[in-house]
Amino acid sequence: MTAPAIRRQRVGRSVTSRAADSIVRRLISLNGWAAIVILAAIFLFLAVNARRALEEVGFWVMSLGTEWYPTIPTPRFGFLPLLSGSVLVTATALVLCVPVSLAAAIFISEFAGGRVKEVTKSIIEFMAAIPSVVYGLIGIAVVVPWVRATFDTDSGLTALSGAIVLAFMIAPTIVSISEDALHAVPNSLRQGSLALGNTRWETTYKVVVPSASSGILAAVMLGMGRAIGETMAVLMLTGNAAVIPDSLFDSVRTITGTIAAEMGNVVQGGLHQSVLFTLGLVLFSITFLINLVADLVLEKQRRRWQR
Amino acid sequence: MTESREQNVTGVFELENVSVTYGSEVAIAGVSMHIPPRAVTALIGPSGCGKSTLLRCLNRMNDEIGSAKVRGRITLDGADIYAKEMDPVELRTRVGQVFQKPNPFPMTIYDNVAYGPRTQGTRRRSELDEVVERSLKRAALWGEVKKDLKKHAFELSGGQQQRLCIARALATQPEVVLMDEPASSLDPISTQQVEDTIAELKEYVTIVIVTHNMQQAARISDLTAFMLRESMEEPAQLVEVGETRVMFTNPGDKRTEAYITGRFG
Amino acid sequence: MSRRIRQARLTQTLAVAITGAAAAFIVTAALFLLGYILVRGLPAMSWEFISQPPRGQMKAGGILPSIIGTLALTSGTAAFALPVGVAAGIYLSEYAPRGRMTRIIRLAISNMAGVPSIVYGLFGLALFVILFSFGTSILAGALTLACLTLPVIITATEEALRQIPSDLRQASLALGATRWRTIYRVVLPAAAPGIVTGSILGLARAAGETAPILFTAAVYYKRQLPTSIFDDVMVLPYHIYILATQVTGRPDDIIWGTALILVGGVTAGSVIAATWRSLQRKKVRW
Repeated sequence: MTAPAIRRQRVGRSVTSRAADSIVRRLISLNGWAAIVILAAIFLFLAVNARRALEEVGFWVMSLGTEWYPTIPTPRFGFLPLLSGSVLVTATALVLCVPVSLAAAIFISEFAGGRVKEVTKSIIEFMAAIPSVVYGLIGIAVVVPWVRATFDTDSGLTALSGAIVLAFMIAPTIVSISEDALHAVPNSLRQGSLALGNTRWETTYKVVVPSASSGILAAVMLGMGRAIGETMAVLMLTGNAAVIPDSLFDSVRTITGTIAAEMGNVVQGGLHQSVLFTLGLVLFSITFLINLVADLVLEKQRRRWQR
Repeated sequence: MTESREQNVTGVFELENVSVTYGSEVAIAGVSMHIPPRAVTALIGPSGCGKSTLLRCLNRMNDEIGSAKVRGRITLDGADIYAKEMDPVELRTRVGQVFQKPNPFPMTIYDNVAYGPRTQGTRRRSELDEVVERSLKRAALWGEVKKDLKKHAFELSGGQQQRLCIARALATQPEVVLMDEPASSLDPISTQQVEDTIAELKEYVTIVIVTHNMQQAARISDLTAFMLRESMEEPAQLVEVGETRVMFTNPGDKRTEAYITGRFG
Repeated sequence: MSRRIRQARLTQTLAVAITGAAAAFIVTAALFLLGYILVRGLPAMSWEFISQPPRGQMKAGGILPSIIGTLALTSGTAAFALPVGVAAGIYLSEYAPRGRMTRIIRLAISNMAGVPSIVYGLFGLALFVILFSFGTSILAGALTLACLTLPVIITATEEALRQIPSDLRQASLALGATRWRTIYRVVLPAAAPGIVTGSILGLARAAGETAPILFTAAVYYKRQLPTSIFDDVMVLPYHIYILATQVTGRPDDIIWGTALILVGGVTAGSVIAATWRSLQRKKVRW
């Protein structure tokens, strides 16, 4: 009988082994907080650097100002031209993108068969992986000349050009998230509707789409957040005139484009730099809220089907 | 089995008034029983009667599953396993477990069996080789796999995988092996092989097996404990425990008789 | 056949046609993008192009410094983002209690994924470049990109770990292994393909980012290759931006060649990773 000898060796798992387990647990838990820490740090550092502008110019003066002349002797830091540029480009991109993306999502989730579904999804995934600077480049080569020729504008660098390219850039987000939402609708609901004598399409728009509506809404919101935050493509395509636009064929400058274009040429610690950080803070707050609402909606939807 | 014979032998469980609660729900109440060493004790009863829950009390696997709370006293060879100074991790090297579905690790056969010993710090190749061979032999799998110990465990059949899991549990040289319906996902032939293995194993270890298969309990166990939960509002209880032979021919309780003659459950 | 049914069938056919056309449109656009980059980029491909620095005000020569810069920046990103991201994923899947705090952490992670890349750029500028005095450097850029990539890696890790059946964890715990040993020896190896693939996808995306490195790492033109992590670097995406917007008389061949290298590298990484994962999945089924 060898058992007693073996047991003596075993008894009392070493103190180091226990300590190691708890140290590792603590280390790992610490990393779990990384996301919260970084989000908080982003806010903090934007706010600290924006302080000078908020004190010297004032939040409302910037937010409601209609002129953006940051480099003249008495500079004007009005955000409205930039804000309206961002809103115009984003809204147009959504109008162009949402109907097509939702239709595509419905097709992929409800009508496409196994192989078609897989190939379509991976091609759309590829689209999401193309760097935004490359989208900008293709926009310069293809979209800008087309806009110039079709709408007879001077340069073709317009809000519309940016919006068209942006529409393609956010399509993968909207397609894949709304496809997920449609896919998550339990099959029992579909079968119930089909058994009542509805066609697949009737089932889709009477049952499936309404059931997935909150997820689809979240998809559109996330697409919107992405569009507002997109930088390189709009910087390369919208012409960057910092004036409140009258139409889609005007050249506009977005919040992101302004930060990207001007941050490289400012005096460190200067007022202009601080204003740009304020602009970043505004952008961060907008996208934070959009994403938060969208995530809460998605979470609620997930729980709904879990039951 | 007399007390004097048990003195030299390890792997004796003593349960005194054990109850398990999940949050506010009492799952098991007031179980007291003696689990003898070097024998097979079967826990039977209808599904949902708390057999598996009781089994998991014995190696404190309930600790890992959420909100379970165990009351009462459980001793292994006289030591309270829920005592403060008892380390559940160390306890589990003494009380092994085999699960319902074969769950080999995604590694080679050899690495699966050597996992436990390596966890305990055994590094010497010769020592590991020896443990692996002995464990596989005891689990009656050695003959089938000795030529390809480097094969991935997933290439084995379901029955072989389950015997591999038994070998893996044996490799830590436990005093007790808990088995939670170890044959329920296997075909009849594999079931037969696993049962044969169990019968041979009691030479080395105490075995506690949960099963809902009455014939299986009758075939392989020395002792049978019948558990029952009479309604969803009440906790499960131990109806009776006794020698399997006696229990299956002459049950002491009406409910036991009803169950083993197939009138419910 | 009643009128209602005939009509319903017609609408059904129409609906499939219309939604199918929409899907086909997006797929065509994607294929057009790929084809366009290929057709315009291929003429520039040559050994010289990938092995030489730029010449003649960047209108001739190659893009070696940018390739090296992008590789350096991406490796740096991996070095910072992988340990933290994988650890955070392990925390969420294996240790985190169900509760309010865990829910908030999850919300923070998905919110982080939606923070505009230019905001990460500002953050990196304020924290790494200015406060930590790393200057415009590989180090500052890699740290910035690591923040941006973190949510992708965390999510990929958590999802991969969740797919490992809890049976395996229990088997290991029942053998007297500690929680960490169970994770390290059983769960992590089994989940590795998913983690690696997800991480590569995230890193590939980081490699293509421009906005976060505008003020943290990228330099307009620099002949020498970087020698330390405190050097600023030329990088592919920024090089494309500069060539397309700031250099007079756009050198089309070089621009598209650079774009092809960037897209090719990013896609190849993703495709190889995804293929590898699906091969691993076929080998191991739960």
